[in-house]
Amino acid sequence: MFKIAKENLSALFQLIAEKQELYLPVKAAGQTNFAAWDKDAQVDLDTLKTVKSAKDAFFPQSENLYNVTKKEKKMHIEPGALKEQDFVVFGMRACDVKGVEVLDRVFLADPIDSFYAARREHGTIVAMACHEPEETCFCKVFGIDAAQPASDVAAWMIGEDLYWKALTEKGEALTEAVKELLTDADEAPVEEEKEAVHAIVEKLPYMNLSLEGWNGDALKEKFDSPVWEELYKPCLACGTCTFVCPTCQCYDIKDYTAGESVFRYRCWDSCMYSDFTMMAHGNNRNSQMQRFRQRFMHKLVYYPANNDGMYSCVGCGRCVEKCPSALNIVKVVKAFQDQGGEK
Amino acid sequence: MQEIINRAKELLADGTVARVLGWKAGDLPYNPEPAYFENAEALSDFVYNGFCGANLSKYMIEASKLEGKTLVFLKPCDTYSFNQLIKEHRVDREKAYIIGVGCKGKLDIEKIKKAGIKGIESIEGAEISDAAETLKIQTIYGEKEMAYADAMLERCHVCKGKEHQVYDELIGESKETKDAELFAEVERIEAMSPEEKFAFFQNELSKCIRCNACRNACPACNCRKCVFDSTKFDSAQKANVDTFEEKMFHIIRAFHVAGRCTDCGECSRVCPQGIPLHLFNRKFIKDIDELYGEYQAGEDTESKAPLTNFTFDDAEPSIVGKRG
Amino acid sequence: MSIENKEFKPKIVAFCCNWCSYAGADLAGSSRLTYPADVKIIRVPCSCRVNPMFILRAFEKGADGVIMCGCHPGDCHYSTGNYYARRRMTLLFSMLDYIGVENGRTRVEWVSAAEGVKFSDTMNSFVEKIYSLGENVRLGDLRCKR
Repeated sequence: MFKIAKENLSALFQLIAEKQELYLPVKAAGQTNFAAWDKDAQVDLDTLKTVKSAKDAFFPQSENLYNVTKKEKKMHIEPGALKEQDFVVFGMRACDVKGVEVLDRVFLADPIDSFYAARREHGTIVAMACHEPEETCFCKVFGIDAAQPASDVAAWMIGEDLYWKALTEKGEALTEAVKELLTDADEAPVEEEKEAVHAIVEKLPYMNLSLEGWNGDALKEKFDSPVWEELYKPCLACGTCTFVCPTCQCYDIKDYTAGESVFRYRCWDSCMYSDFTMMAHGNNRNSQMQRFRQRFMHKLVYYPANNDGMYSCVGCGRCVEKCPSALNIVKVVKAFQDQGGEK
Repeated sequence: MQEIINRAKELLADGTVARVLGWKAGDLPYNPEPAYFENAEALSDFVYNGFCGANLSKYMIEASKLEGKTLVFLKPCDTYSFNQLIKEHRVDREKAYIIGVGCKGKLDIEKIKKAGIKGIESIEGAEISDAAETLKIQTIYGEKEMAYADAMLERCHVCKGKEHQVYDELIGESKETKDAELFAEVERIEAMSPEEKFAFFQNELSKCIRCNACRNACPACNCRKCVFDSTKFDSAQKANVDTFEEKMFHIIRAFHVAGRCTDCGECSRVCPQGIPLHLFNRKFIKDIDELYGEYQAGEDTESKAPLTNFTFDDAEPSIVGKRG
Repeated sequence: MSIENKEFKPKIVAFCCNWCSYAGADLAGSSRLTYPADVKIIRVPCSCRVNPMFILRAFEKGADGVIMCGCHPGDCHYSTGNYYARRRMTLLFSMLDYIGVENGRTRVEWVSAAEGVKFSDTMNSFVEKIYSLGENVRLGDLRCKR
């Protein structure tokens, strides 16, 4: 266990950035999002949740898969570059870290996504424990400890110090690289902080959300439920929930024509959109109810069915905060509970 | 609020309306959702308070296709949108029973959170009947207070007024909330140098995540198939690959609603990244007012929109450079 | 013509209506009037056919300036098309100015089929303006510049 004074953090960032790329929460135009660090960046470690999750660091919103260029009369195909530079993502939260695990099970399963795998290989995660969880948080429901992120390096901001603990080999290596700025520290304040956070977590309104009945076996029962028909109605079919979500991993592959060259790229897609998984015969989900159902069935039924019961929701609460119609996964789960009670 | 619920029950009971479109209490103090109520029992969840900012006019497009009349609650500013939709034949006036509800300004939870208030357990003072000027917010980190006006949505600071433009009956009083000039922000940007303007918009738009919330919440954005969803040509770039994409999207989106936008402010309210999208729409409104005469979309259901109209001696496009 | 930066070869897109301006360009050619080859003409049935998206798309794909030419107001082949186009372009150009794009990069000029001289003069002065403004960096897609 090490620590570093808050005022020395910019020196720490500078040191990391000398050898590696560094991504961390940066405030720009009033909002905090993960961005590359530079000297003028307004680092914001106080905001609990960035608007977009940190999944961009491993699965960017858009990336080139390959480029086709015409040189004289020949076509040249140039595959998109895999990440080769080491990088550090600083300031993720426990939920975001779990979100990466969800993505791993998708992209690192056969067939392995080489773009994602390269990023995972070169990325080191320094996650910060939550100090003041908010009412929209429900990570505990998914077995996540907000005070103990399962990352390469776990960090706690306590008073004027940042406590630092390496948990993996990658974490050890990073610790070694910045050792000159760290000083040895006692574990006691961290234990105290953890307890304090756990006590707050117990008070949060969504803590007792029960996911009973949501599992891979419930497919038919949940799929056919009349509850969806009521639930989806306020949905405006925008993609806010999917784009701020740390675990949504659907993407579209598109071509961009730029005169003499064509870029084939992939970009995040949203199951809320009418052209999601559009095929030559049309769309296989042709009503908003079906699209709405897809999102939650994927998170709470299909994904667990294929991944040993692990949900693809981490309870970060971003959808709770950002949905224009105030819909969210919690309301969905609760609606099914109410329905169960009436039966 | 009880008055509203009682009236809704009456109208349901006597068969005037088949359903009610309103807001349903959420599971947090600040997140009521737009909802349909089919019977008196369901109305026990009905809520109308400071957080009911959603403009229900948009939902009336779908509701117009349903059997029977829908009772809808519209705030004064929402009625402009509804009128505009009538003009565009996107809603059926005959299918709607409109109760104009009073409004004392709607609240922006983002502003409350931006003020550092988190862990919210309850909020007092947001009820429509409350005369309270301050919000008392109980959080797990202690009790906080915030002036109601400071927590109001941007659009309420430039409120169009207390008058409902279209309604069958009215319930409740509205409050004057306007305390800023409509075009003040636009003028501030106009006064900037091109470099500053560019930096300002680049900074704001680079936050855009192309989630389409602004488009989908907008009552004027009601095309059956949006040009940005077209799979036929490459306008549907759905990604923020290049900074151009965001500029293209937001300019074209604002252009497509120019002359039809009532300035209801939904785009700015729903933007997850807090981009002041109303600045685009309001620029068009300002230009239209200055060049083609004052025009408020949604004020009536008959007049010709500025972009489907012309006069022989309209300003030439070169005026843009000359106005300075 | 003063060309400060000889390296810079601008790309200029001119939307010309079929009935007046395109014929005006024809007349300029048959009258052996000159205008820079940087101007690429796209013929449209009417100036009213020019969707604001066309203008932005042209900039996206690398244009440094976009000019739209149509019949003089009152002379539209379809009676009123150019009146609508005029309002649209005014608002669009104003918006581009508002977001910080140099307003000299866009222009509307009314050129009749008899105005070969006006066509060549217009193009000459517009190209000169674009040379003075330099490359369009604010409203282009980087992918098109690689």
